[in-house]
Amino acid sequence: MATLISGASSPLYAARRRKNAITMTLAYAATGFGLIWLALILIVLFWQGFSGLSLAVFTQMTPPPGSAGGLLNPIMGSLVMTIIAVVIGTPLGMLAGTYMAEYGRYDKLSSVVRFINDILLSAPSIVIGLFVYEIMVAQMGHFSGWAGAVALAVIVVPVVVRTTEDMLTLLPDTLREAAASIGLPRSLMIQKVAYRAARAGMITGVLLAVARISGETAPLLFTALNNQFWSTNMNAPVSSLPVVIFQFALSPYKDWQNLAWTGALIITLAVLALSIVARFLGGQSKKS
Amino acid sequence: MVDVAYEGGGAIAVSEKLDRAKVLNRLRLGDAIFRHMTRGAAIAVLVILSGIIISLVIGSWPALHKFGFAFLYEEVWNPVTEQFGAIAPIYGTIVTSLIAMVIAVPVGLFIALFLTELCPMVLRRPIGIAIELLAGIPSIIYGIWGLFVFAPFLQQHVQPFLIDVFGPIPVLGTLFEGPPYGIGMLTAGLILAIMVLPFITSISRDVFEAVPPVLKEAAYGLGCTTWEVARNVVLPFTRVGVIGGVMLGLGRALGETMAVTFVIGNAHRISGSILAPGTTISATIANEFTEAVGDLYTSSLIALGLILFVITFIVLAFARLMLMRLNARLGS
Repeated sequence: MATLISGASSPLYAARRRKNAITMTLAYAATGFGLIWLALILIVLFWQGFSGLSLAVFTQMTPPPGSAGGLLNPIMGSLVMTIIAVVIGTPLGMLAGTYMAEYGRYDKLSSVVRFINDILLSAPSIVIGLFVYEIMVAQMGHFSGWAGAVALAVIVVPVVVRTTEDMLTLLPDTLREAAASIGLPRSLMIQKVAYRAARAGMITGVLLAVARISGETAPLLFTALNNQFWSTNMNAPVSSLPVVIFQFALSPYKDWQNLAWTGALIITLAVLALSIVARFLGGQSKKS
Repeated sequence: MVDVAYEGGGAIAVSEKLDRAKVLNRLRLGDAIFRHMTRGAAIAVLVILSGIIISLVIGSWPALHKFGFAFLYEEVWNPVTEQFGAIAPIYGTIVTSLIAMVIAVPVGLFIALFLTELCPMVLRRPIGIAIELLAGIPSIIYGIWGLFVFAPFLQQHVQPFLIDVFGPIPVLGTLFEGPPYGIGMLTAGLILAIMVLPFITSISRDVFEAVPPVLKEAAYGLGCTTWEVARNVVLPFTRVGVIGGVMLGLGRALGETMAVTFVIGNAHRISGSILAPGTTISATIANEFTEAVGDLYTSSLIALGLILFVITFIVLAFARLMLMRLNARLGS
């Protein structure tokens, strides 16, 4: 197109071309600007966190200031709370998503739930922490791992609802009609045919939810609180990796800050790996 | 599974009928149970939302009852005398979000333009994914990075420059008054900008891609440049969608907690300078909630949470309405 109008040398054409060149350069620059932050953050994380990465990190407890130690108890705490949150949140989210896609795709309840769910999806996580504090911590009178897991579950639900509904809506209706034509009741059709066809997409949703909650700090601050020691009692405060990073990074002790960087690297690697796997699965299900 | 009944032959026709009825009944029951379970789960989503609102209102009642509307515009925040006002955190939340949007909106739109019009096909997916990975990085990572790397960098290299250049200018100068702390409103706003960038980019890219190719080709056929097509065809067509995406990003910026808590400085005052430390609603709650002594203090913090939730709810609802309007238009 540039060659076509290059013959015309009137100032108007030149001005339009110049404007186009400037804005297109800006577009390139903006993309570079966006990508450079990703690179900068990852480089700094590796630079600061990699040296601290050793077996001790995964086998020792969090240390008092001034001595060596690891991150075993927060890693375990995070894992346990994440698993419980997924166990609570996934079935609830999948069932709700199933209702919206299979039973009431066009009814009023579904459109209201869809709207509310989209808002919950981006609601500030600290508010969810306050909510769980009010309904669990304040009622029971103490902080607990259960409260932390419930707070995370509240974050899992909207993610799973959304992907389940999207994936089930994508299925061709001929699948459902074929199942119905051989006399399969609706519930069995959903469980045996629809779920199986949408499996990759639904797993993607759960992985994305896990990626989302494994870095969440705000809702754990005043639900699970923190615990300096090894604890398997979910009824007591439980340590978690993000909260420990928060506490250690803001401390004046060099050892703690180094451990915080190592923890940050572990979380980031886990989350990025999860979201890349999720994307890979999601991409596959779209192709087939 | 109904066919199993035929194995016995024709002699047991009566029991076969009974079996068949039994099986069908069981299936019907299972059907009803599953249907009601899914319906119950869908209603549970509504219950969660109303639970959040109700619990926040109940929790904040003592503070709202004591201070009334003054809570919304008082600046004082004194745990010792138990005097609380929310205007400083509200101001900080709005200012940091505005800084974030001023940077992230143009950059995000230009990246979306690059991804839909300029980028070679092979690179589109990788670059798109890389930008979206920015959204996957947990906010605590932005916080620790902001505190140890970004804030010192701003303090030593960027803020002195800003003070030198804009300081002497009469009105603009007040925005850049005071010493370069490193941490403060500007730092928090910049980090928020990086964090919401992927949300704005991915939604704008999606709506840009939804523009019917015929429209763009017609404009190109008239001799429009790429910029003119973007400005006069793509943007007007997708305006509601872009506004929806921007609002979604704004909702994120308003509620972001950990990244801001690290770099905001946590000072309960309103300062005209964006270089000064301040606080936001979420940072105040994160910093003070576990240390809050007394019912009134806790209740005031929950009231802050309620205000934050109401603001983000309105912004996000508006975003959804805009995106729904675009989808309706694309469908018709």
